[in-house]
Amino acid sequence: MSAHAPLPGGLAIDVHGLNKTFGDKRVVKDVDIQVPEGRICGFLGPNGSGKTTTLRMLCGLLTPDSGSGTCLGLDVIKDAHQIKLATGYMTQKFSLYEDLTIAENLMFSARVHELDRRKARVDQALERLGLTERRNQLAGTLSGGWKQRMALATATLHEPRLLLLDEPTAGVDPKARRTFWDEIHALSAEGLTVLVSTHYMDEAERCHEIAYIAYGELIARGTAAEVIAGSHLVTFNGEGEGVERLAKALAAAPGVEMVAPFGATLHVSGTDRAALEAAIAPYRQAPFRWTEVEPTLEDVFIRLMDQSQDNFR
Amino acid sequence: MSGFSPTRIGAVLIKEFKQLTRDRLTYAMMLALPIIQLLLFGYAINSEPRHLPTAVLIQEDTVFARSVVAALKNSLYFEFAAQARTPAELDEMIRRGDVQFAITIPGDFTRRVARGDTPQILVEADATDPSATGGAVAALASLPNQALARDLTGALSARQAKAPFEVVVHRRYNPEAVTAYNIVPGLLGVILSMTLVMMTSLSVTREAERGTMESLLATPVEPIEVMVGKLAPYVLVGLIQTVIILVIARLLFNVPMLGGWTGLALGVALFIVGSLALGFLISTVAQSQLQAMQMSVFYILPSILLSGFMFPFRGMPGWAQAIGEVIPVTHFLRVVRGALLKGQGLGDMWRELVALSAFVCVVTAIAMARYRRTLD
Repeated sequence: MSAHAPLPGGLAIDVHGLNKTFGDKRVVKDVDIQVPEGRICGFLGPNGSGKTTTLRMLCGLLTPDSGSGTCLGLDVIKDAHQIKLATGYMTQKFSLYEDLTIAENLMFSARVHELDRRKARVDQALERLGLTERRNQLAGTLSGGWKQRMALATATLHEPRLLLLDEPTAGVDPKARRTFWDEIHALSAEGLTVLVSTHYMDEAERCHEIAYIAYGELIARGTAAEVIAGSHLVTFNGEGEGVERLAKALAAAPGVEMVAPFGATLHVSGTDRAALEAAIAPYRQAPFRWTEVEPTLEDVFIRLMDQSQDNFR
Repeated sequence: MSGFSPTRIGAVLIKEFKQLTRDRLTYAMMLALPIIQLLLFGYAINSEPRHLPTAVLIQEDTVFARSVVAALKNSLYFEFAAQARTPAELDEMIRRGDVQFAITIPGDFTRRVARGDTPQILVEADATDPSATGGAVAALASLPNQALARDLTGALSARQAKAPFEVVVHRRYNPEAVTAYNIVPGLLGVILSMTLVMMTSLSVTREAERGTMESLLATPVEPIEVMVGKLAPYVLVGLIQTVIILVIARLLFNVPMLGGWTGLALGVALFIVGSLALGFLISTVAQSQLQAMQMSVFYILPSILLSGFMFPFRGMPGWAQAIGEVIPVTHFLRVVRGALLKGQGLGDMWRELVALSAFVCVVTAIAMARYRRTLD
């Protein structure tokens, strides 16, 4: 990456009070997002929570109804065109031309961005992807994982400073996801700022920090550890023959906010430690064994989701 | 269970019906299209036009001459639009297509009728579209025997025994009334609009449907750049089609090509660009490729039926002609037929070229306004 003027406050994204309404549905409500330059920020939230809308507003595909701020030091409303020049955006749905070859898609992107040394850049990108051999294959014939890696290569061909990824690994197998994330980390190491939306908890944990949005509102922010700590959630893990059959009774008990089976074990969580322990007490006997565990991000998110749903109603 | 299950048929049928009602536009088109077409074309199309604009050159102002003109008017086929002062002026009117008929009543008409040596009235018909003139020409047959019936009294009544004068019909531009001479150049307009409007109407819609629009919008590419880039290949397609059609018209159909190449080239260029811009406009409005196709058909039908391609333009009532004037094919047909069959120069067809240019500008402006830079 070439040298750039330092960004104000070292923030690649710094937006406040973003709002977007479609018809009578307020999809994004007063969302603030700050992402320091060079960091990978995971963007989480249930389906329909406004993640895609927020990403689209950041890259100029949608105009916010209100709100202000900067992307790469440029005004999100006024300088949408300049932001586009320095931003790579990968859509949720595969959106390259399936009836063009891999190389042709890359070349199209190179030309649209008016890049110099186009052929060299395309060759380099193919090399990096390991697709040099298959450069003349139609993009539509690639498997899901390859499609996503190719879309990433296309979105980064013009060496953007900010990368916005909308659920880039949905429906991709674990190994391909791993490869994909290795590439994201490699790009981040070169100074690229990444905002990536995802539903996968393992991916959220690979982010430098996460932001959780539900029903259009930003609910939690910070590193994974901070978010978990901030939830004040206590989780007990129950083991033993037939423990899963306790789920229904436990869920109804006071103090239990969440019960989730994990294979042969049961996660029981709540924010009130005393009440939670009281709820478990009757079952602290053979064959069941209970141990307190660190809540997983998933536990935290499901709780956040339930909570915001309550608020929403 | 294999075999024939009414429940399963019902399941498919109900699903199909529900999906149909969800796609409002398709539904509306299926119901509205037949009604609109029936009313529009049912009332508009008239394959035997009357009240055709006619210019006269009366070289003597006499009772007989006026009676002939009155008789022509009474036939309802001729509508006197202009009176020429010189043969040259009359010729220009018919060449430019201002009038369908040019009638010359010679200077010694009355004298020769009186002498009984059967003078001739010259009726020049613009036969580029033979079907437009057919009825009127047929009506001329009875003219000599009736036109002067009331005037030939007294001493002259003997002149009624045989026809007192002759009508010479001169079918200009297409003397043998070959339909192909009219249809084949017309087909150039119809084929170009069919392929070009349809192809480009899918262009933006296809991107939206396949999901590539979102990526495209996220790039720095500008709307006008997208439009020019998307349409340019089709300009070439249109030009190749034009050359092929003209070559076939010449070699297989022997369509005369009298000249007017500059005007023709300009007309073809404007028409291709106009059709492409219209297709692009449709593609910015349509929600799906199916809708884009329906809208194209909605445009192409009147282009065939109301443009003067299939039925004489002058046979249509005023309101239908007004609709026809808005359709670019109408103007393009006049350019092509004018150039090939009449050898019209730029001076004769500038109005059509201006109309085509206006269409290009208006449609491009609307398309640009409609094309969204964002997904809002």
